[in-house]
Amino acid sequence: MKVGIPKERRSNEHRVGATPKTVKRLIKQGFEVIIETKAGENANIKDSEFENSGATIIGSAKQLYADADIILKVQAFTDEEIDLMHKDQVSLSYLNPGQNEALLQKLADKGVNAIAMDAIPRISRAQKMDVLSSMANIAGYRSVIEGANLYGKFLNGQITAAGKVDPAKVLVIGAGVAGLAAIGTAKSLGAIVRAFDTRMEVAEQIESMGAQFLTVDIEEDGSTDSGYSKVMSQAFIDAEMELFKEQAKEVDIIITTAQIPGRNAPKLVLDYHVAAMKPGSVIVDLAASTGGNCVLTKDGEVYQTESGVWIVGKLDQLPQQASQLYGNNLCHLLDDMGKAENFNIDMNDDVVKRAMVTYNGKVNWPPEPLPVSPQKPKTATEEVAIAQAPPEADLAKKKSVKMAITLAIVGAFLYLLGMVAPADFMQHFTVFVLSVFIGWQVIWNVSHSLHTPLMAVTNAISGIIIIGGLLQTTNDISNPMTILAFIAILVASINIVGGFVVTHRMLKMFRK
Amino acid sequence: MISSQIQLASYLFASILFILSLGGLSSQESAKRGVLYGIVGMGIAILSTVLGEGVSGHIYIIIAIAIASVIGIMLARKVEMTSMPQLVAILHSFVGLAAVLVGFGSYLDPKTQALTGTPHTIHLVEVFLGVFIGAITFTGSIIAWGKLEGKIRSKPLIYPGRHLVNIALVIISIILCVFFVQAHGTGGMIYLYIMTAIASFIGVMLVMAIGGADMPVVVSMLNSYSGWAAAAAGFMLGNDLLIVTGALVGSSGAILSIIMCEAMNRSFWSVIFGGFGAGPTGPAMEVSGEVTAMDHAEVAELVKNAQSIVIVPGYGMAVAKAQFPVHEMVERLKKEGKEVQFGIHPVAGRLPGHMNVLLAEANVPYDIVMEMDEINDDLSDVDLVLVIGANDIVNPGAQDDPNSPIYGMPVLEVWNAKDVIVMKRSMATGYAGVQNPLFFKENTNMLYGDAKDSVAKINGHLTE
Repeated sequence: MKVGIPKERRSNEHRVGATPKTVKRLIKQGFEVIIETKAGENANIKDSEFENSGATIIGSAKQLYADADIILKVQAFTDEEIDLMHKDQVSLSYLNPGQNEALLQKLADKGVNAIAMDAIPRISRAQKMDVLSSMANIAGYRSVIEGANLYGKFLNGQITAAGKVDPAKVLVIGAGVAGLAAIGTAKSLGAIVRAFDTRMEVAEQIESMGAQFLTVDIEEDGSTDSGYSKVMSQAFIDAEMELFKEQAKEVDIIITTAQIPGRNAPKLVLDYHVAAMKPGSVIVDLAASTGGNCVLTKDGEVYQTESGVWIVGKLDQLPQQASQLYGNNLCHLLDDMGKAENFNIDMNDDVVKRAMVTYNGKVNWPPEPLPVSPQKPKTATEEVAIAQAPPEADLAKKKSVKMAITLAIVGAFLYLLGMVAPADFMQHFTVFVLSVFIGWQVIWNVSHSLHTPLMAVTNAISGIIIIGGLLQTTNDISNPMTILAFIAILVASINIVGGFVVTHRMLKMFRK
Repeated sequence: MISSQIQLASYLFASILFILSLGGLSSQESAKRGVLYGIVGMGIAILSTVLGEGVSGHIYIIIAIAIASVIGIMLARKVEMTSMPQLVAILHSFVGLAAVLVGFGSYLDPKTQALTGTPHTIHLVEVFLGVFIGAITFTGSIIAWGKLEGKIRSKPLIYPGRHLVNIALVIISIILCVFFVQAHGTGGMIYLYIMTAIASFIGVMLVMAIGGADMPVVVSMLNSYSGWAAAAAGFMLGNDLLIVTGALVGSSGAILSIIMCEAMNRSFWSVIFGGFGAGPTGPAMEVSGEVTAMDHAEVAELVKNAQSIVIVPGYGMAVAKAQFPVHEMVERLKKEGKEVQFGIHPVAGRLPGHMNVLLAEANVPYDIVMEMDEINDDLSDVDLVLVIGANDIVNPGAQDDPNSPIYGMPVLEVWNAKDVIVMKRSMATGYAGVQNPLFFKENTNMLYGDAKDSVAKINGHLTE
């Protein structure tokens, strides 16, 4: 079977469907690889490199499309390209099927079995073929590099002999793969990074990358079953806009990555946000191709607004790196589909039936929904019971022996006591012992932070000794007993009142 | 007048309220309710006693309570949170004094004289024991107060053979008790006096022998004694409410003492009898490295660049009253989105839970105040630890130097953090008198000076 890699026609597309490394891989899988001449030019790959890895260079696109059974491409096909294709040809490329109905129809009419790489479902098994993730990773990295380049100052804070440099502040909006990659890159360059996302579940991921998770005060979770975020309520959006306005005044670089599948990108950075930013600050809009998250973004352009803010609507794709990762994704998919020998289109396969947007002359879009949740909050996992180790059993045995001896001594003591003491005393003694037990149980529960109030309270209630004084007072003040009782009542009352007042004072101070 | 059955029922109710009061302290939310239970319980107990049979001289009772209330409220209002330990200590001494007075009163009580046989003997033993515990509590607490207040030097006063002397004194007291029981009428008064003097002396010597760093244990131990004194008074008066309350307080103090001892890895007995028990057996580990100092601006810079910060306060913070500027700093840092927490060692300060109260006074929210066990494992992920006036509780020697006197004591492992700043007045050693290898670590920097002043200066640099 022949795999053909044509040259990309779109002017700002520098990637290519294969690199020398993936060519070797394809050949290993049993395919014959043909490549249009100069296909790798923009990604700095020479024809000779492809030839060295075993590919055959074909002079014209027409020839290539005619010969190949499988086409590996990056961008969606133009009408001219579709004209060159033939029935039962399999194609792997971006198609953006949600917005390209006409294109899908044309491909179906032609009898092409087209796989949309951007429609690969985001399930665990398909991660290795997920071009959105692999490309988003590059975009996230590159967005920071681009932003830092235009920003023109250090990203990290430094204290040098020549003076102090404050670290740059970077705000990342949308913490998908691109956003997380941007956070990681900005963080490793030393910037202070903040990130916003409507999905509460990514807060942990954001923080794990070292950024601060920004939230608004409205409880609403933007998560959906597909792992993308949904459209939020108006109140939420208002709060979000207010937050961005505050942030815009402070941050130096804003990187927006918010995209909602099948729709235009949400407008998150409005003109007044841009106006609030410092001159020289930068907005990098990764959603530029789907309309942009910033209202002022021009797709494919980098320009400076009148207020001096750079707005980046075009990113260098790191074409060689991107081609390599993209090519690997393609190889993985072909691998999954049976390699050259057993190549077949299995429409019962979860991945293939969703990504295969045209099949046997019919458009196969939209697919039935597939609830997948790559990052749902984990439910409580069951604790694994650990069997008791034998030494512990030994210890328990020793303990129970010790306990038995103690109890025997206590029993003997109580017996002796019962022989001599009057019943009245025994009654009081019962109360005493039980109270010690109660106190023992209750006090262990007292929180460490409240030990000082505990002492003050016990101080107050140990003033209960006042009762002794109360019972001993007589009407005769000259009686020494009355004088003693008077002083006892006095000091005990100081204890009671002072103890309670000071405890109250302390507890009032504790706040959450 | 209420009948004695009603009185007993009221006592039972008061006992329940006291138990609930202590139980309420298990969390901050329920603590205020707990205090209320205690107050109501106390009110019921006093009222039902005064209204009961056989109580006379109401006018004197009212005068005494009125004077005491004024004094008590003034004391409690005026006291600074940093001198909380002193107040607690002096209040303990009052309970001790009351127990002594009640004991003497009970001995003079004509009702006592009327008793005969075994009940009489038992009653006299109870009186003797009550006065004994009361006197120790009284003088011991006064010495503890003096040490905490700085009026008495905090170094332990240890003389050779002191254990023997103490044992001899206890034996003499027991002999006196025998004479006391055999005396007729109030003829035993003289033995009671002598014993009181001896017990007072024991109380003084017991606390004098204990060093300043062990004060949390001493204070909780005296707390326990004051409870047992009240319980003993309960026995001599045949009053269950006193017994119950005394037992509650006594076990509470005992538990606190045990917790404090565990936190210092010290045996309960060696603390109580003074000194460090078995001393270190070999020379302390050589401390290598150099101590580096920073100025306030540099520290402020470190603080600014740190994302997660843990503050470890010690007695130094209490002395300098630095909790207010510390809170100011924490609020500022939190607003900047930094993660700020406090790590509290159980024996930080001079009273169990002392640091928590100080931080609460400065309005630090308690959910960022962590116990040692809660925070120790996380310290390796922390960018910066600020040690404010603490020393022994952050000493790595407790873990790696078997010859260190504090070896085995659980400590906050602050050295695992990326950077450590130690705010201290000088390079002097802590109460345990041990050199702290932490100061010589590469990631540790010292900031000398008064803690309050230092933190305020850092705050100044942070606002710039």
